[in-house]
Amino acid sequence: MKKNIYPLYFTFGALGLYLMLFVLPGVMGIFYSFTDWSSYSREINFIGFENFKTVFSPDEHFVSYIFNTLQFTAITVVAKTVLGLIFALLLAEGIKGKDFHRAVIFMPAILSVLITGLIFRSILNPEYGLLNEFLRFIGLGALEQQWLTNVKLALYSIMAVDTWKGMGYIMTILLAGLQSIPRSYYEASSIDGASFWGNLRYITLPMLMPAITVTTVLNLLHGLKVFDIVYVLTNGGPGYVTEVLYTSVFKEFSLGKYGLGTAVSSVLFIFMVFVGYFVIRLMSREEVEA
Amino acid sequence: MKNKKLLTSIVKNLVVWLTSAIMIIPLLLILINSLKDKYQSASMSINLPKVYHFENYQTVIEQGKLVGSFFNSMFYAGSSMFLGVVLSAMAAYVLGRNRNRLNRFLYFFIIMGIAMPINYVSLTKVMQLTHLMNTMAGLSLLYTALQIPFSVFLVYGFISTVPRDLDEAGIIDGCEPLRLFFSVIMPLLKPVLVTVLVLNFMTAWNDFTLPLYYSNSATKWPMTLAVYTFFGQFESQWNLVSADIILTSLPVIIIYLFGQKYIISGMTAGSVKG
Repeated sequence: MKKNIYPLYFTFGALGLYLMLFVLPGVMGIFYSFTDWSSYSREINFIGFENFKTVFSPDEHFVSYIFNTLQFTAITVVAKTVLGLIFALLLAEGIKGKDFHRAVIFMPAILSVLITGLIFRSILNPEYGLLNEFLRFIGLGALEQQWLTNVKLALYSIMAVDTWKGMGYIMTILLAGLQSIPRSYYEASSIDGASFWGNLRYITLPMLMPAITVTTVLNLLHGLKVFDIVYVLTNGGPGYVTEVLYTSVFKEFSLGKYGLGTAVSSVLFIFMVFVGYFVIRLMSREEVEA
Repeated sequence: MKNKKLLTSIVKNLVVWLTSAIMIIPLLLILINSLKDKYQSASMSINLPKVYHFENYQTVIEQGKLVGSFFNSMFYAGSSMFLGVVLSAMAAYVLGRNRNRLNRFLYFFIIMGIAMPINYVSLTKVMQLTHLMNTMAGLSLLYTALQIPFSVFLVYGFISTVPRDLDEAGIIDGCEPLRLFFSVIMPLLKPVLVTVLVLNFMTAWNDFTLPLYYSNSATKWPMTLAVYTFFGQFESQWNLVSADIILTSLPVIIIYLFGQKYIISGMTAGSVKG
């Protein structure tokens, strides 16, 4: 009986597109990783693990791209979570104009990454950029930097821009989490004379853990897949110091080295199947309880 | 004690205002400079324009060929948002209502796509095989496909709030499943569907990675890629680049101002439950 009400063909459209344009390339990608597929030749030959040898070879730069990607991910996860939490706590209640501030701090999240990148290429410009101008203006000219071309700084500048853009989103999720904590907990603790820090440690943080887990996961996925902000701000430069996995895939793609590009992509794909499995379990878990 | 409280409040307000300033100044900077002339905007400072050059916008629309790319963006974002919402809602409805073994697996399989990275390189092969490479329909279908996992996730979470009795009553009345879904169920899903529509529109509108890979003719480019090329050509004319940036961001900013509620409910859905 149920079959008639909820026919399986309802899922075919979504499933078909998803399979064809999402799953199939991922699986095919693993196959092509073992070939010399390129724009130079019509033939595609099986070459075994050659591409992976290149990816993990110490003579190439790919290992440093993997390291950059992981570093980018780790630091932005921490930065966005800590800042997001601080502002969620500040804007939870008892402050004038909290709705205004919430809306303003969230706003960068809706902008295109491309637009964000272009804006910050102006702001971080060493000669006329607003940031260096400002430092000079307040008499801290000594702190002026070549934000995007200094080898030591460039990757951190990109992380800062990414945090600028994504922090408000994390704050918003944590705010929703804060609002779901029953007020009676705080009332009870205030009778006991608990301090702000006591409340934070014994009530707020433990109750907020599910939301923090989710934001961490979102930031993690975002960080591992990062492409556009790096592409627009530095395109991997200066040299290769800010190159991440996805920008290197695009470079190999542009050079016509498809086999190598797809191998790099597949490394990320396989890694993320594992991460993703746990992430999605986490996201769909609450569904079952509900 | 009272002094300490006052002090805390002052510090709190200071921190919050400072942060809001850091968030909004970059956007103001662009707005202000979009109204300056070429020479005044060369320094990209936050000083107000000496003379307001509203004609910059007209210049950029003509020179940046923005009319065409505006309609391209509208096509990509609009078509993928509608197709995506219909397909995702249908799938989520059946998967959410009839939770047998197969359907539970399918649901899990689809939302795995939220985490999965896309293999852009081998996707070209699929695009070539299906003759979707360098076509507008191809990009639109790609956006649809990429939005499906999260859309299904959102609608699935909402479906249990629509009473089941309606489905059965409809079927007893002799309603076909498809008609039942479109005339009875879809209207009841409106809150979540609006969220999905808005989010999908913004994602597609803001993206520039897909056309970067899969579209080599400028006439098919969306506004984001057009603004990027424009920036490449006119890097010294920040007033025009700024005007272009404003025009490209305007649709999402308008949507944000009116649909804030839907955006936030969608973006925070699934993350906080109890």
